[in-house]
Amino acid sequence: MWEYTGKVRELFLHPRNAGEIENPDAVGEVGSIVCGDALKLTLRIDRKTDRIIDARFRTFGCASAIASSSALTELIKGRTVDEALRITNKDIADYLGGLPREKMHCSVMGMEALRAAVANYRGEKQPEAEKGNIVCECFGVTDEKIRRVIRENNLQTAEDVTNFTKAGGGCGSCIPEIEKILREIRGERVAVKPEAPRRKLTNIQKIAMIQEVMEKEIRPLLQADGGDVELVDVEGNKVTVSLRGMCAECLMADVTVKNIEKKLKELVSEELSVEAA
Amino acid sequence: MRVVYLDNNATTRVADEVREEMLPYLGELYGNPSSMHTFGGQVHRKIETAREQVAALINAEPEEIIFTSCGTESDNTAIMSCLASSPQKRHIVTTRVEHPAVLNFCRTMSRKGYRVTFLPVDRLGRLDLDELQSAITDDTAVVSIMYANNESGVIFPISEIAGIVKAKGVFFHTDAVQAAGKIPVDVKKIPVDMMSLSGHKIHAAKGVGALYVRRGTRFSPYIIGGHQERGRRAGTENVASIAGFGRACELAREHLPVESARIRGMRDRLERGLHETCPGARTNGDPENRLPNTLNISFEYVEGEAILLRLNEFNICASSGSACTSGSLEPSHVLRAMGVPFTAIHGSVRFSLSRYTTDEDIDLVLEKMPGIIRELRELSPYGREAGQAGAHSP
Repeated sequence: MWEYTGKVRELFLHPRNAGEIENPDAVGEVGSIVCGDALKLTLRIDRKTDRIIDARFRTFGCASAIASSSALTELIKGRTVDEALRITNKDIADYLGGLPREKMHCSVMGMEALRAAVANYRGEKQPEAEKGNIVCECFGVTDEKIRRVIRENNLQTAEDVTNFTKAGGGCGSCIPEIEKILREIRGERVAVKPEAPRRKLTNIQKIAMIQEVMEKEIRPLLQADGGDVELVDVEGNKVTVSLRGMCAECLMADVTVKNIEKKLKELVSEELSVEAA
Repeated sequence: MRVVYLDNNATTRVADEVREEMLPYLGELYGNPSSMHTFGGQVHRKIETAREQVAALINAEPEEIIFTSCGTESDNTAIMSCLASSPQKRHIVTTRVEHPAVLNFCRTMSRKGYRVTFLPVDRLGRLDLDELQSAITDDTAVVSIMYANNESGVIFPISEIAGIVKAKGVFFHTDAVQAAGKIPVDVKKIPVDMMSLSGHKIHAAKGVGALYVRRGTRFSPYIIGGHQERGRRAGTENVASIAGFGRACELAREHLPVESARIRGMRDRLERGLHETCPGARTNGDPENRLPNTLNISFEYVEGEAILLRLNEFNICASSGSACTSGSLEPSHVLRAMGVPFTAIHGSVRFSLSRYTTDEDIDLVLEKMPGIIRELRELSPYGREAGQAGAHSP
């Protein structure tokens, strides 16, 4: 049972500004039903004064996601777009009298929806949160988002990064990468292992190493999630694999293949490329 | 306000008769059952009575029952013992839908050099027995497959499964924590080597479980120390809880024939009612082979935690497989293994009944649920799709 404040409960049970503005001046949509929460924010903005006249939300998610969305709309109504952009996820959480640490990502989602809506209003292409390289493939979280949220909330641990962004909260395989980002931001030098000079591999050695990495490093991770992968062929530096089970149907199949490639590059040879059969 | 408790697969109310049985051992009868004096000896006799009562629930012999601290300890002990008894073998077969007590234990063993096969289930949560057959190899040390699933309520054909495993000469363990007391379980008819049981799922107190070990099965203890439980499980006995567990098993056996039909009737009425009144509802799990007390139902395009907290406003207790309630940000591994679509997985709610459930309890859920689902859908950006989903479902 989550310890929610009275304000969270109130806004969850009797949300303010729920709904959708017809022909809105701005729309911000973040999250997805796959990840378990999604928010669609619609705004009415006076184009002359840049002031937000009305804000409405539709949210799929838990109590704190609904309350955070409602809090956001309360916070931005009546402000200019520039003023609204200064609202952080902390302001949303504060408005609610605090959120359980594990639920802070709900407040981050609110802030992102706002930024997406403003980008939409200004005719910009995509909000900052969606740029960068995917670090957490379970929830599609990029390194840029992780960096931004770490800085804005002065996060110290990988657990907190999960609480605020969900990154690392699925299979957990990206946690070392999150810790690396944390160390970088704290200005510590990331210890880099001195590259051992790699011998040129014979084909047989290469295939044996690929097989070993697949068996020991890759398959157990996928199997734990009900998927699997099979090595189909190795032709020169081109590795062909076939995704099985849940992986084969997964929306993130491309990312999975990329991650297999990353692992093989790291542990076998930089020159390898991986393709799905 | 009255509590409508429909979360009995999580834990159950301690039966009044069970509490009565426990109280003396939390009061004047505080002796150590291992002591030589009469004062301790009478406590020892109580434990032996409880052992007979637990054995009777599954038609076992008393000496085949080892008391443990919980179902998880029973599961861990069983698998560990089977591995220790076949040290040259390095392979475990289990399923993707096991309780974490088995699943995470097997994952830990896979990091210690064991190979683990996690058998998949189909969309109704059923196993493919041919797949089980071919998963077992000469290297397989143990097969651990649950009797009935705690989330979906799906009952596996455990007798057939045990037959397949034993024909290959491999140890077979089953986690029967959710099955015992809810459906007839008879170890004389199922060639199972070990079976886990738990007290608090059948109206005993928390902190007590049992492991059935068939006579003649090689056994290696998990908790090492004194000679309690004939050297098979060290540690001074949780006397009060064991006494209560015995009584709870006796009560379960008495109530089973009548109560299981009554509970099934209420569950079915709840299921029918929710399908009729909530568009986009879908039952998860094999309707043909399901615990009589369990209903796992998804409401598409609504999130489970939100449903639970709305129900909570009416003091209705249930649980959900949604990500927000799992503590891991990922939705239920059981529903994922069954391939429940993402539109439905986050909106799953599990109602689990007990013999204390009343018709009024069911009425209240049926009264409140349609409004809750409608309101949450109106809040959801996917509300319109939900309407369509409702239109298409039977």
